[in-house]
Amino acid sequence: MAKVKPRVKVPKTAEAGEVIEIKTLISHPMHSGRAVDGDGNLVPRQIINSFRVSFNGAEIMSVDLKPSVSANPFFTFPYKVTESGTFDFVWVEDGGTEYTKSKKISVG
Amino acid sequence: MQTQVLKPISRRQAMAYLGAAAASVTLSGVAFAGAEDVAARINDITGGAAGDDAMIMLDLPEIAENGNAVKVAFDIDSPMTPENYVKAVHILADGNPEPDVATFNFSPAMGACYASTRMRLSKTQNVHVIAAFSDGSFGSASGTVKVTIGGCGG
Repeated sequence: MAKVKPRVKVPKTAEAGEVIEIKTLISHPMHSGRAVDGDGNLVPRQIINSFRVSFNGAEIMSVDLKPSVSANPFFTFPYKVTESGTFDFVWVEDGGTEYTKSKKISVG
Repeated sequence: MQTQVLKPISRRQAMAYLGAAAASVTLSGVAFAGAEDVAARINDITGGAAGDDAMIMLDLPEIAENGNAVKVAFDIDSPMTPENYVKAVHILADGNPEPDVATFNFSPAMGACYASTRMRLSKTQNVHVIAAFSDGSFGSASGTVKVTIGGCGG
C-alpha cells in the first residue's frame, strides 16, 4: 500500500480572537470494500473511519468517515484562536492504526 | 431424532415470510440507498423534528464530471457560544450504497461553523445536510448533483 501521509496547513501566527482556517489532507486510498482490482478480486474495506482534532489537549472537532468519503480525505474547518498552543490531529484507520500530526500556533 | 410436524400457517405469517424473503433479495447484490432509506436515516437523526432550510448554506456542484471526488461545503450561521452552537452535521447521499457520507462533531471553540470535504457519488443523486443544534433543534439543506462518471469503482 502506498504510504499514508498526513498533511496539515495551519497559520504560524494569529491575533487573539481571530478565526483561522485549518486545512487537512491525508493520502489514503479509502478502499470502500466494493471496488475490484485488476484481477477481478474484491479489494477489502480499508478506510480512515475517524478524524479528531484537539488544541492543547481539548478536543475541538471530530469527523466520522464512511466509505463514501473520497480517497485522500480532505477537510477544511475554522478555529477561533485565543492562546498559543499545539493542534493535534489524529486519523484512525480500520483496524485501529493511528496517524498523527501536530502543529504549533503562536498568538502575538 | 427430531420429528417436525408441518403446521398450516396463518395468512399473517405467510406475509411475514414473504416480506423477509423480499428483503433478503433486495439486500443481495449492490443495493443503493434509496430516498426512503435516507428519509428513514434523517428521521433517525432528528426524531422527526422538522428542519429549517434558511440557516444552512450548502455548496455543491451542479454537475460533477468525476464522482470520485465531489466537493461538499456548508456554512451555518451560528454564534458558536457554549449556549448556542452546532453540535453535529450529518452529510447523507441517497444514491450511494449506504446513505451516510460523514458526520462532523463540532464544539463552541471553533468560533464559526463551516467545513468542507470531498465525497464519492456513484450516480446522479440528492445530497442532504442535517445540522443538529445544541438546543435540540435541527436544520437541513439538500441539493442535487449530476454525476457523469460514478465514483464507486463502476
